[in-house]
Formats: sequence, C-alpha cells, structure tokens
Amino acid sequence: MTVAIVGAAETTELGKIPGLSQIQLHADAALNAFADAGLKASDIDGVATAGESPVNIAHYLGIAPRWVDGSSVGGCSFMLHVRHAAAAIEAGYADTILVTHGESGRSGVGRGGRGGGAGSLLAQFEGPYGSMGPTTMFTIGVLRYMKHYGMTHEQLAMVAVVQREWAGMNPRASYRDPITVDDVLNSRMIAYPFHLLECCLVTDGGGALILTSAERAADFPNKPVYILGSGESVETPMVSQMKDLTSSQAFRIAGAEAMRSAGIGHGDVDHMMVYDAFAHLPIWGLEDLGFCERGEAPAFIEDGNTRPGGVLPLNTNGGGLSYMHSGMYGMYALQESVRQMRGTAPAQVPGAAVSLCLGVGGMFAASGCIVMGNELP
Amino acid sequence: MADTPGRRPRPLPQPTPETRHFWDGTKVGELRLQRCNDCEHVYFPPRPLCPACSSRDVEVFNASGSGKLLSYVINHRPHPSFDGPYAIAIVELDEGPTMLSNIVDCEQTPQALVLDMPLEVTFEDNGDIAIPLFRPRESQS
Repeated sequence: MTVAIVGAAETTELGKIPGLSQIQLHADAALNAFADAGLKASDIDGVATAGESPVNIAHYLGIAPRWVDGSSVGGCSFMLHVRHAAAAIEAGYADTILVTHGESGRSGVGRGGRGGGAGSLLAQFEGPYGSMGPTTMFTIGVLRYMKHYGMTHEQLAMVAVVQREWAGMNPRASYRDPITVDDVLNSRMIAYPFHLLECCLVTDGGGALILTSAERAADFPNKPVYILGSGESVETPMVSQMKDLTSSQAFRIAGAEAMRSAGIGHGDVDHMMVYDAFAHLPIWGLEDLGFCERGEAPAFIEDGNTRPGGVLPLNTNGGGLSYMHSGMYGMYALQESVRQMRGTAPAQVPGAAVSLCLGVGGMFAASGCIVMGNELP
Repeated sequence: MADTPGRRPRPLPQPTPETRHFWDGTKVGELRLQRCNDCEHVYFPPRPLCPACSSRDVEVFNASGSGKLLSYVINHRPHPSFDGPYAIAIVELDEGPTMLSNIVDCEQTPQALVLDMPLEVTFEDNGDIAIPLFRPRESQS
C-alpha cells in the first residue's frame, strides 16, 4: 500500500507571534491543514506530535484518535512521525493522520513542554484548586459513578480484597497477607471516598520486552507469546474535561480496536489485566471494554468472577494495589500477561490461551491495549 | 478553606493570549464561556476554535454562573494552600461544560456535599487573578 500526504500548511503567520501560545500554534497550523485538505477534526483518527503531548493536541482540537505517536527525538521527530504514520495506515491502525508542530521559540508564550507549564490549560484550570495528582484527580469521578449506578463503598473495597487474594499466590508481591472489606474501609482516608488500601503502592522496579517476527520467534529459547491485536487512544489531559466521568473514552476506543484487530470476542479472553492505579480502574476497564454492562462490574467482582477460580481471572499478579507500582505500571501488567501466556505465572490460570492487557496513561488521559496469545494466529 | 495566616496562596494560573478573556472576566465578576457560531457548541476551557466542528468562528459570552455538583473528592493529605480536609469538585455548568473548582460556604463533608446540589459561582480575589469558586445556591440566604 502506498501512503500519501493530502493536506499541508504552516501557521497563518511566521516570525514573531506573541499573540499565540505554543499549543495554539499547533492548532493554527492544523486548522490550516484541515482547510487545505477539506477536512475537520472529526475526520482525523490518528495524531502525532512532538514538543506537546499528543493528548493535549487531540483534546484541544477535538480529536478522538485510535492511533497516537508522541515520539520526541528532537527536530527530526516529524520525519519519524511521517514514517510511523505510513506504517500505521498500511497496517490499518488509522485512516487519516494529523502530524503537528508548533513552537513559540522566540516569544516563549505558553511553552510548557509535555508536562505543561503555568500557562498550560491544566495549570490554569485545575492547578488552583488544591489537586494533588492521582490520589485526588484519578478518583474524582467515582462518587458520580456510585450515585449513578448504586455502587457501594463495600463493593469498591472488594476490588482490593480480591487482588490481595491473587497477590497471596505470588511470592514477588509486595503485600501478600489476606485482607477483608473491613480492613480496607478502616484503612486511612486518603481522598474520600478512597482509603489507603484502595490506592496503589509506590515502589521501585523495572521491566523490558523484546519483539521480533513470528517466523524468527521459533528460534528463541522460550515459548513465543504472539501479539494478536492492539489498540490505543487519548482523551484529555484534564480529568475535569472527560466527556463522562463514569467511563473512559480512551478505554472504549483502545479496547474495541484491540479486540477487533485480534478478531476475538469477550468469550475468547481467558485472562485479563487492567492497570489498577486505584480500585475503580478494573471496574471502568471491565465495563468500557464490554465485559460487563455499564454499572454491573462492581457486582461481577463482588460475586467472585475475577478471583482465583473465577470465570475471568483479573490482575493475577496482585496488581498495582498489591503487587507493585513504580509509577508507570503498564510494563508490569504486560509482564504478567506474558507469564500467563508462557504458562509460567506464579498464579497460573490453567489453560489460558488469550490474555487481554489494558493500560491507562495519565489519569484516563490515554490508553493502550494489547491482546496476546500463546498460539500462532 | 477560609484565609488562614501563614497559609501559602493557592497556585495561580498564568493566562495565555487564548485564555486572557476568561481571566479578564473573573476579575470583573464574570464567568465567560465560548460558543461556536457555526454549530452552537458551548465549550470550556478557552481556545479560539470549536472542538466539535473545527470552526474558527467562535464568540465569548457571559455564563449564568449557575451549575450543579457533578462529583468530588475530599482530600485528606496536607496541601500548603489548604486547611484540610477540603473538597476538590467538578461542577457542571447550566450551559453544559464542566470545570474543576472548590466549594466554599459549605462544610467539607460527605453529608454537606450532596451530588447534584445547585451551586453558584463566586470569585476569590488573588491580586492580579480572581479564581472562580462555587457555593451552594439558595443555602446562604
């Protein structure tokens, strides 16, 4: 397949532009490219950028992408983006990709970089209110979920209880002693309605993966684990701007794409990992990927379906709540999926042949989802 | 959350050219939103383009300042600018957009902070910047 560039434009002005912040320079160029191509944001399903996070660009322009590239390796980043975009379009990961650049190099307006300085939307419109990172912001939609779907404090606590059961089977888990719902609800309040045991650990650690072609994989010493499908998306850098506090758009897009590209249905998944920075993440993951109807995941977990011996073993390493959480836990979720597919996990799920691994980035800002299998598709 | 001697001021925003109208508004007691002239979409935070249809033809207007309590947490960990525990809330404005804020003139407890309670904007003067906060509507006379 040959891939082509069908729209191209620079910012309306060049030179000295003190009237536009850096993100608006990205946006101005993007809108001009839309005009050049006769498109608008809703026609775009892939975003690549450097200097700003692709999350910021997608949210600012109103794009719900199913392919994202934030490779940032200096001034040639955009050549890499074009190359990655061509590969993505060939692979069917996206149909229409936007690559943006904007830099207030002279005027220095709104130059926050990826984290966002004092002029970023995050710093302006969430920073003043005493937010303290994930404990206060990742968790802020849960009371709305509880009111809307009737989830109880006990059901939320049950997520931590079940994952501790898995951790008890894992010699490498940080916390292995069994806990009860009362233990969770009696642990220190961190940010109501979240208690200490409903928040992830803070640990050190690392992980690495090596990938090659399926053809070459047979020559390596360990059982190959095959990538059956994958998905990705971003929604917003600001939790307060999520379209629905009780559901993650990035989960929905990434999960559906991963299952579609793997050609699997819900019944094909033998093992599942959902990045659990906080106890509600598995609930959001199960519902946003369609394993449960909206509002039904708390009862699904409470009824034992995700615990050892249940129909959908979930977070079998003990998860971020009990195994470990170094900050960017996604690598450890992938490692557990690999172990399960190799058949070497401490809490091995008998006969598991397909594993779905759902990651979150930021606070529902981004998601990546990988489906693995232990047989060549 | 009332002013406490020795408490550090809350982290203050640094307006950009695209958000200046919003912060000019809070300074004079107005909560300003934007509306697309092509598709009528009302949105926040500020930017000179419509995130629904990519139009550049957008206008600024004064919102009613009324909304409801959509969700919140009550933070129990210490923050240099707040006397804890204090609530961080998401307010849904009558015009549709949501925004993060704090709830003032109200006990910071689950019993006092009831989801969907009506709220109205109030502005906290911080020198060059006024921060929009919300308080219960119809509760403080």
